Amino acid sequence: MTPQSSFMILAAIVPAREAVLRQSLAAMNDAPGRVNPNNALLPFAQFNTLHVARLLILDDQTSADIRIHGETAPAYPLYFALLGDIDGDEDSFLNALVRHAANGLRTLFSCCEGFTPATDLLAWMKQQSSSAIANYVNCRGRTVVQVREEAALHDALESHLAAHAPALQGLAPRALHAQLAQFVQAERAAGQLKLSEESATPFKWWIANTLHLLGMPVLLVLASPLLIVIAPFYLARLRYLEKTDPELCPSVDQAYSDALALGEDHDVTNQFSAMGSLKPGLVRRLTTIGVLLTVNYAARHLVRPGRLGRIRSIHFARWVFIGGTQRMAFFSNYDGSVESYMDDFINKTGFGLNASFSNGVGYPRTNWLVLDGCADECKYKEFLRRHTLPTQVWYKAYPGLTAIDLERNTRIRRGLESASMSEEAVREWIALL
Amino acid sequence: MDRPVMNPVDYADVQGLLRFGYKHMTQATYALVRVKNPAAARDWLRTAPVSNAMLMTPPPTTALQVAFTAPGLRALGVAEPVIAGFSHAFRGGMTQENRARELGDVGINAPEHWEWGGPANEVHLVIMFFAQPDAFDAFVQVSTGAVWKEAFSEARWLKTENLDGVEPFGFADGISQPQLDWEQQQAAHVEYDYSNLAALGEFLLGYRNEYGKITDRPVLDPGTASADLLPALDAPEKKDLGRNGTYLVMRQLEQDVRLFWQFVYQQRGGNATEAQQLAAAMVGRTRAGDLLVPIQQQPIPGTGTDPEQISQNQFTFDHDPTGARCPFGAHVRRANPRNADFPERPASLLKKLITLLGFGPQGFRDDLMSSVRFHRILRRGREYGSELKPEDALAPAPPDDPRRGLHFICLNANLARQFEFIQNAWIASTKFSGLSGESDPLLGNRQAIPGCPVTSAFTVPHDGALRQRVTGLPQFVTVRGGAYFFLPSLRALHYIVGTDDA
Repeated sequence: MTPQSSFMILAAIVPAREAVLRQSLAAMNDAPGRVNPNNALLPFAQFNTLHVARLLILDDQTSADIRIHGETAPAYPLYFALLGDIDGDEDSFLNALVRHAANGLRTLFSCCEGFTPATDLLAWMKQQSSSAIANYVNCRGRTVVQVREEAALHDALESHLAAHAPALQGLAPRALHAQLAQFVQAERAAGQLKLSEESATPFKWWIANTLHLLGMPVLLVLASPLLIVIAPFYLARLRYLEKTDPELCPSVDQAYSDALALGEDHDVTNQFSAMGSLKPGLVRRLTTIGVLLTVNYAARHLVRPGRLGRIRSIHFARWVFIGGTQRMAFFSNYDGSVESYMDDFINKTGFGLNASFSNGVGYPRTNWLVLDGCADECKYKEFLRRHTLPTQVWYKAYPGLTAIDLERNTRIRRGLESASMSEEAVREWIALL
Repeated sequence: MDRPVMNPVDYADVQGLLRFGYKHMTQATYALVRVKNPAAARDWLRTAPVSNAMLMTPPPTTALQVAFTAPGLRALGVAEPVIAGFSHAFRGGMTQENRARELGDVGINAPEHWEWGGPANEVHLVIMFFAQPDAFDAFVQVSTGAVWKEAFSEARWLKTENLDGVEPFGFADGISQPQLDWEQQQAAHVEYDYSNLAALGEFLLGYRNEYGKITDRPVLDPGTASADLLPALDAPEKKDLGRNGTYLVMRQLEQDVRLFWQFVYQQRGGNATEAQQLAAAMVGRTRAGDLLVPIQQQPIPGTGTDPEQISQNQFTFDHDPTGARCPFGAHVRRANPRNADFPERPASLLKKLITLLGFGPQGFRDDLMSSVRFHRILRRGREYGSELKPEDALAPAPPDDPRRGLHFICLNANLARQFEFIQNAWIASTKFSGLSGESDPLLGNRQAIPGCPVTSAFTVPHDGALRQRVTGLPQFVTVRGGAYFFLPSLRALHYIVGTDDA
C-alpha cells in the first residue's frame, strides 16, 4: 500500500511583491477557478503522484475580530501557501517538484520574504514546510495511478456493455460477472487496460503508523490521572466560556461572497479554504489541540475508507496552525456545491464541526462543545462564508470524478479480482455497473 | 402533542398563494413589468386588491398577487440597508454567473438567451392575475387602467393554459406538495421517518424552520415607516419586514413535447406500451400519477387521510433500494428522495452513535443523500401553450406549432437551501445518488462538464441483471426566463409602497 501524505509550503509575502504574485497566480489559470494543468509555472499534470494542489494568499479578512474579546490583533504578515496531497512521502515529492518546476517555483517564491535568486530552493521549501495538526484522506492507499486505471476500467466496461447490451442483458449475475471478468482479462493481456498491483507498504511508514496507533492511547492512559483531576475545572471553565463568549456572524459582504463564487463549481469537486483566529486563553487553545489530535487519530486509524463520520464527499482535508497557535486554517476538497457541503456538515457531522471550529472567534454559541453551534444554520453559514478565503489556483488530478465515483470504480475492480463471491455480492457488484 | 399556538398566523397578512393554488380560478396571467414611474407604481400598488390567505365563503372569483425582484425594490425606493437584509441569492439574482452554472442555466439555457429576466431584460415585479373564466377579462382590464400604464412598462405578459392538472408532457402534475405546519404544533426534532409535514418557517419568513431557527430576513428598527410591521419573533424590539412573506422563484420552462415522445417511442421501437413504461420510469410515476413503488401501510405525517392522497403519496423509496421499481434518476426521486435524517431508523442510542461516527451501513449507495426535510419547495406553477396529446406528438410539428411549457413557480423561505439546492444537487447534478453521466431525464441540459463529456444517459436498474442504459437523451426542456422575487406580506407591501423617493 502506498500511503498518502500532504505538504504545505508557507511563507510571508514581501508586501511590495504581492501584486506580482497575484499576477503570476492568475496566469496559471485559463479562467478564474479553471486551472491550466500544464501551465508554465507549475505544470501539475506532470506529477502523477499529485492528487490535489492549491496556491493561495492567506488574506484573512477576519483577523481583527479578536477585538470582541477586548484584544487587538497583532500585525500578521500576509502568507502565501502552496499545498497538496500526494502519494508517497513529502521529501520525494518536493524533490520531484524542484526537478521539474524549479524556475516556476523560483518565480513564485521570489515574492516571499527570505528568498533570493541564490537561495537553495529545496532546502528553503523544506524550511518553510508547515505540517497539519489533523489530516484526512478519503481512502488511504488509493494512488492517482490507481484512480486513473480504475476510471479507465470503468469506461472500458461501459463501452463494452453498450456494444453488447442485448446479449448481456439476459445473463444471470454470475454469468455476467464471469463474462466481464474474461473481457477485462483479455483487455489487460492485450495491453488495453492496466491495473497495477499494490506496492509494498514502506516499512518506515508502517513503523511510524503503528507507533502512532499505540502511542496515543498509551499517552492518554499515562496522562489520565492528571486529566481526571483537571477535568472538573476544565469543564467548568469551558461551560462558562460557552455561555459568555460573544458571537460574530454578520452577513458576509455580497461582493466578497460573489468573488468566492466565481471560482466555485467548475468541476464536480470544489476546493474550500478557510481561516480564523482562536478565542483567547489556554482552555480554548488546549481544546482545539485536543480535538484536532483526536480527529487526526480517528481519521488515521478508525474511520472507514471513504467516510469522515457520515460524510462521503471529502477527498482530502486538513487543519493547520498558521504562524504560532493563534490562527488556524482549514483546507478541504469536497464534491458538490458549497451550500450542500455546509448542509451535509450541519446535518450529518454537526458535532465534529462544533468541536473543531467552535474555538474560533465569533462561532455561533455551542452547548457542551458539540451541541447547537452550527445548527444555527443562517449564522453558521454567514460565519463560514466570511472566513472562507479565495483560492487563487486549485488543481485536481481527476476532474469529473467524485469521491463516490472513485469508490464505485474501486468496488468494480475488487469485484473483478475477487476469486469467490456470494450470490448477493455478485448482485451488488452488477448493480455498480 | 398539543402545544398552544405561540404565534398564530394572521392569514389576512399573508398573500393567498402560500395557502391556495387558486385552482378553481382556471385563468391566470403573470405580468412581468418594470417600474416606469415609481410614484405611480406605488399608487397602483397601494390600491391594488392583493388577495390574502383568509378562507372565504363563497370563494372569490378573482385573485391578485404581487412580488418584487431586488432591482424592483430598489426602483420603488426601498433603502439599500433594508435590501441588504434579504438573502444573498435574492440580492444577487438568478442570473449571476456562478448561480447560472449551479442551476444548469448554461448553453441554450443561459440567461443571455432569456426572453425575460436575463441581463438584457431584467424585470422588477411580477403581478399575478387569477380569475374564473367569466371574470378574467374585466378583472385585468379594471386593474390595468391609467395608473398602471403610467406606473409600469410592460416587459411581458405570460399567459397560462388550464390543462386540468396535467403538465405538457402529459403527466399528472402537482400531486405531491409539502403540508405546512400552520399551527406550529411540531417542535424542532430529529426525524427518523420521512414526513411530509414541514415547519412553517420553511415557507413563511419570520417563523421557526426545520432547524428550529428563524431564517435571516430584513428586520428593521422601529420607526414611522415600519410602524405597522409585526415584531420579529427572535428580536421583539425589531420590526420584521419578512414575516408572513416568502421568496418566489419563477422560471419559464419550455417543453419540447414532440421531441420527448418521439425520443421515447423511437427508443422502444415504436411499441406504445413499452414507450409509456420508459416515459413513466423517467418521470417516476405513470401518466395518471400512479406510483411505481407500493404504498406503505404506515401513515406519513402530513399526507392526510384523503384516499387519493394516500394512494399517490403514502410511500418512500425505502423498499426500492436497488431502484428496480423506480429508477434512482427518475424525476420524482431526484426532486424528493423521501428520506429522513438517518439512512435507516437507529434501533438504539448506541446504533445512532455508530451511524453518526460513520460505522453504520457501508453499502455503495447508503447515506448518500441529504435529509429531504431541509430541501422542500411549495410548487405553484401553471402550464402554457395548447395541449398536445402524446399520440399526436409523434407527428411532425406543423409550421405554426405553438410553444408549450411550464411557468414554474415555487415558494420557499431559503432560496439557497431549498430551491437552489434541489435544482443543483439533485435535479441538475450528474452525480446524484451514485449515478454518473446523467442528470434529470426531463430537465437536464445534457451539457458536458469537465471530465464528463457525456451527461445524457438515463439508467433503468434491474434486480439481478444488467441495468439498461438509455443514451443520447436530447434536451427536452429549455429555460426561457426566470427571476427570484420577494412575495411580501400585506403589511410589508404597505411598507414598500409607503417608501418615499428621498
